[in-house]
Amino acid sequence: MRYTFLLYSDPAMAANMTEEDWAKSKEIYGQYIGALQEAGVFIETDWLHPADTATTVTLAGGEKRVQDGPFAETKETLGGYFAIDVENLDEAMKWAEKCPHVHYGKLEIRASAMGSV
Amino acid sequence: MSRRQAQARAEDVARAAYGKLIAMLASRSGDIIAAEDALADAFVAALKTWPDRGIPDKPEAWLLTVAKNKRIDQARRDARLVITDEASDMADAQAIQPEETQLDERLKLLFVCAHPALDEGIRTPLMLQTVLGLEAEQIAKAFLINPATMAQRLVRAKKKIKSAGIPFVVPEPEAYPERMGAVLEAVYGAYAADWLESDGELSHEAFFLSNILAELDPENAEALGLTALIGFIEARRDARIDDGVLVPVPEQDVELWDRHLIERSASLLTQASLRRAPNSVPGRFQLEAAIQSVHAARSVTGQTDWRALSQLYTGLMQAYPSIGGAVGRAAVVAEDAGPAEGLKMLHVIAFDGLDRYQPFHAVRAHCLAKLGQTANAAEAYAKAISLCTDPPSKQWLEKKMSDLRKKMS
Repeated sequence: MRYTFLLYSDPAMAANMTEEDWAKSKEIYGQYIGALQEAGVFIETDWLHPADTATTVTLAGGEKRVQDGPFAETKETLGGYFAIDVENLDEAMKWAEKCPHVHYGKLEIRASAMGSV
Repeated sequence: MSRRQAQARAEDVARAAYGKLIAMLASRSGDIIAAEDALADAFVAALKTWPDRGIPDKPEAWLLTVAKNKRIDQARRDARLVITDEASDMADAQAIQPEETQLDERLKLLFVCAHPALDEGIRTPLMLQTVLGLEAEQIAKAFLINPATMAQRLVRAKKKIKSAGIPFVVPEPEAYPERMGAVLEAVYGAYAADWLESDGELSHEAFFLSNILAELDPENAEALGLTALIGFIEARRDARIDDGVLVPVPEQDVELWDRHLIERSASLLTQASLRRAPNSVPGRFQLEAAIQSVHAARSVTGQTDWRALSQLYTGLMQAYPSIGGAVGRAAVVAEDAGPAEGLKMLHVIAFDGLDRYQPFHAVRAHCLAKLGQTANAAEAYAKAISLCTDPPSKQWLEKKMSDLRKKMS
């Protein structure tokens, strides 16, 4: 089953990070990605620009509307994601607990709905 | 066989085997809703065919096979599967797996329902419904929730189990601490749901499950405590109802108690205390089991140690306050320190729903009667009777009421 980890955190935290912090963070995430790859469960990951650079598009209501910014203004925003392929939610939760992100932000696990409907 | 007999038999099988059948039907797909639908269809089929053809040798296997066919039918409408009796007879032999496998299947379902990814408040209701086959309406009543809301929450949880991919497995022992609490709560909830019924199939099942859990996780003091608690209450099964009327524990004939079961429960409770960290507060089930062990001691000492009960209830209320514990404590204090003290304890209880809580009015009536306030006592008994839903307790309250009337006249 394919699971996506949606990584939410407060972007204000990133603003206070030093060069050194970034290097360290990069290393920690590199290790995590390595572990996922070694276990054969890694699909992909991405790290996103801050939510205030988002563009939100909708055609709901029949008319195209484009909004500068995220769809909802919240303190904690989506900052990146991991997609992994594991047997079940228990396995996904084990990997989620190992993700460096959980030490400062929230990680939402969602199973892929592709093919289930 | 008459339609009515067939229905009664189908209902018996349904109650006893419900969780097993749901677990076996849902474990691969994770789809509890589809399993429930298929099983409901199988029950309808049983009611149609059993009156004419008699009850199959293995009714559970029959239901499982028919349900499996119904589900396949549902999934692949083109396949045009025809359900015949030959097909179910053929499958009889293989369909029901050895006892142990069935057990595992049901344990898996228990742990699915107690999964940490499900909202805490829905875990016990979900187990009551899927493992033990209670109707959403019964569960709603027990949890004092609107039935429609309860049904909605149950459906949501079942959908999540399937779509989020919660696995049907008995978890690794390291997951027990996180999961066992909810499982034990649900088993106790199931026990409490029908312990007074004469057949009490659900409570038998619950006792059975608690024994399995205690074996599965013998280091868990609360699993042992729950098994001891249910054991002590089960030991009194033959003594608690006389001619349809409830007999309160202190008045029961100890000769009717199951001495072997009492001894076993006492030993489990001792084991539980050995598994606990020194100086730690015992868990709720251990405290409640300790209360029952004091009652059980009457079979040896010939009297009830009300002082010990009063102290245990105080401990219970400090660590795990509940409306039941508060009223139970007042009842015990009324025996130990007198009805006036009991009444005082009742009047300081501050739980929501107290006025609709039958035991509160029953204990109050008892205290008032002992104090000679017969008119007030009669009023309190009347209120208790109006709130009482199980026949043996109701008959007992009515008997108390008529005794009181005799005194008044």
